[in-house]
Amino acid sequence: MYSLNSALRVDTPRLDSAEALNAYRENLIAGQDPNQTLVVVCHGTGCMANGSNRVTAAFQNAIEGADIKAKVMPGIKTTGCQGFCSRGPLVLIRPQGLFYQRVKEKDVEEIIQRTLIEGQPVERLLYKDPQTGKRIHTEQEIPFYKLQERVVLHNIGKIDPTDITDAIAAGAYRALAKALSGMTLEQVVSEVEQSGLRGRGGAGFPTGRKWRSAMAAIEKKGRPVYVVVNGDEGDPGAFMDRTIMEGDPHSVLEGLILGAYALGAEQGYLYVRAEYPLAIQHLEIAMAQARELGLLGENILNSGFSFDARINRGAGAFVCGESTALFTSIEGKPGNPRPKYTRSVEEGLWGRPTILNNVETWANVPLIIDKGGDWYAGLGVPHSTGTKVFSLVGKVNNVGLVEVPMGVPVSHIVEAIGGGVPGGAPFKAVQTGGPSGGCIPYHLKETPVDFDSLTKAGSMMGSGAMIVMDDSDCVVDVARYFLRFLEEESCGKCLPCRLGLTRMREMLDAFSKGVGTERDIEDLISLSQAIQDGALCALGSSAPNPVLTTINYFRDEYRAHFSDHKCPAGVCKDLITFSIDPDACTGCRSCARQCPNNCISGEKKQPHVIDANQCIRCGICKETCKFDAVRVS
Amino acid sequence: MIQFTINDQQVEAQHGWTILEAAREHGIDIPTLCYHEAVAPSGACRLCMVELKDGNWSKLVASCIYPVAEGIHVYTETERVHNVRRWIFEMLLATCPASPEISALAERYGVTSTRFSAADPDRTCMVCGLCSRVCEEVVGLSAIATVDRGVYKRVGAPFSRPTDVCVACGCCLSVCPTGAMQSLFDTVRGIPATIMTQLTA
Repeated sequence: MYSLNSALRVDTPRLDSAEALNAYRENLIAGQDPNQTLVVVCHGTGCMANGSNRVTAAFQNAIEGADIKAKVMPGIKTTGCQGFCSRGPLVLIRPQGLFYQRVKEKDVEEIIQRTLIEGQPVERLLYKDPQTGKRIHTEQEIPFYKLQERVVLHNIGKIDPTDITDAIAAGAYRALAKALSGMTLEQVVSEVEQSGLRGRGGAGFPTGRKWRSAMAAIEKKGRPVYVVVNGDEGDPGAFMDRTIMEGDPHSVLEGLILGAYALGAEQGYLYVRAEYPLAIQHLEIAMAQARELGLLGENILNSGFSFDARINRGAGAFVCGESTALFTSIEGKPGNPRPKYTRSVEEGLWGRPTILNNVETWANVPLIIDKGGDWYAGLGVPHSTGTKVFSLVGKVNNVGLVEVPMGVPVSHIVEAIGGGVPGGAPFKAVQTGGPSGGCIPYHLKETPVDFDSLTKAGSMMGSGAMIVMDDSDCVVDVARYFLRFLEEESCGKCLPCRLGLTRMREMLDAFSKGVGTERDIEDLISLSQAIQDGALCALGSSAPNPVLTTINYFRDEYRAHFSDHKCPAGVCKDLITFSIDPDACTGCRSCARQCPNNCISGEKKQPHVIDANQCIRCGICKETCKFDAVRVS
Repeated sequence: MIQFTINDQQVEAQHGWTILEAAREHGIDIPTLCYHEAVAPSGACRLCMVELKDGNWSKLVASCIYPVAEGIHVYTETERVHNVRRWIFEMLLATCPASPEISALAERYGVTSTRFSAADPDRTCMVCGLCSRVCEEVVGLSAIATVDRGVYKRVGAPFSRPTDVCVACGCCLSVCPTGAMQSLFDTVRGIPATIMTQLTA
């Protein structure tokens, strides 16, 4: 399925003009039968991990063998991530739009019999609304999808990312044709400026302004210039860029080609982390197929404009997502950030003017060129236009990928789309922006999700990870987690980051053991400011954010650790004890059997007891107990 | 010539100079550890941070790298600058407790004690990278480099084995601001083959 060029079913010569591309598209659309039954299986990384490739294989075998009396045989299509990852593997039946969740190989037979042959839904595989308990038939009716606005993701889950013809039929490269056949370089840049698009990688720098400065730098320094995709997504819990690269690689590629056209770049780079093998594979296939059709490489669409790109794999360093570290890495040196007092639009890769944008930013560009900057500026809110993709993870019912217009409140994403915390309790806080961001507490849940409002609340947009926390998450522990992560991932070049993050983490370690004073909190804040002011790159200067926001919003919880020797969330091991409620314990012995330290004793059918001196506080007994008899205090 | 101010004092500098170079030219003191005239500045130790102010706007920059510009207002002794400096010194005192050079420098800037405990009482190196930069830029050998990353970053030879690329020129010894190279030198260079044969004979 993944061999290069296998998807070029139609014997196609190089497309030699924009008209030829549009005619090709018309032809492809005319060849599609809108009434053909399609079994669409999600092949995003999440669903694949849950065995969706086996489901696809089962469909292939079964459809061939089944006695389907239809004029057109049902087709099978595999797509990128459809977004509802916690419900995977996902299977959609088109054109009806039936949405089946958690499909296993053994369900395939029934789907074929009930749905493909008899035309009836398989009720038990349909999504059940947790509020009403009713089964929902189609994707569009499920609140998780209904409340989203899919703009960047519009093709993901619809097209086969390994088949350029599928992408072209869905509109890919229409913007490129438009730009090459009638737009000047200036017009392309103006359109992006007009859109108000801001960088989706985290900092939110206006993309149009970046491109405009690059044009000015080129005027001064001449060419060559480079365009670069930052696909080194590494925030814990973030998978927006991976999904876009895997599910619609042509949108990124087309954006990059448009950027190259606007600046007259001949060479581009896609810096993708090596931990994303599927994204790299799909980009490689996309590039090979685009070259075949004359959409990439020499003399694109016979316009005289030549541009090619290559993929550089990141070697597992989070810091290489930082612009200057990314450049040094592409140049073949260790990925250390460079001091950045000249902007990369003036002096970037190989010391040349360079435009570096994030995957999602590039994927927005074709939409802007195709539909116009004004159209894009109409989405979202005035200073944060367009939509933003978030990966919603943590203590939330609907884990997955969510796209909403900028400016919707946090509650809309977490509660309406995400379905809130399992069990119905209010969430405690939402961590946005990953390890560089901060948390938004429940009482600020109506905060609009846009660049400026999140910054005002002490957090940041970041690349779009949203980690939902509930009462069983300890803020000290969360802050420690992010610091440990950054300690490992710091390049180690500058002292505030290399020494400071370790010292901050040590102070939090002490809190988690119940040791500390009010003065330590003040020191932590003061050291945080020193790191923010002193660190060389954005990794270091944003690293204290999780600590500062949690102190700001949950200072009492910090205090409880050292003044009361309590971890209110029941997480910090040195401050909690496990005990068994004798009234609730049935004496089933299952906790005693699971205890790795053999410190639970008791007679069968009699209440059991935990030996607190022996207990290592692993929590296995609490997870094991079916009667909720294990208490943490 | 470029005109600007440091601590409200009008100063002049040539185009292409950094703030640090201009300040030292005018006898204004800024502490540094990883800076040396022989090599390009790298901005690693962050002791040379200064504050740029323009009305309500202000930011901290590393003066060893930041190029002078017409009309900027530079301050070397503000509260924010002192905060960064003090914390770096406190952390350095705990990281390199065996380096008299670091203790002396910290004391000059009023930091005589640290709230942090020392992990290794014998340590002197704080991985500023000056030794490896001299070896690369001046000697042209790159016999040593900083290896690994983050908290594990250290100075060493390729693959952490003694290297005969080193010609024992001693440049790294002479630029090392903490005296750490004294003890690192032998591990980098290893025992010369001739002596090794005598020893094993």
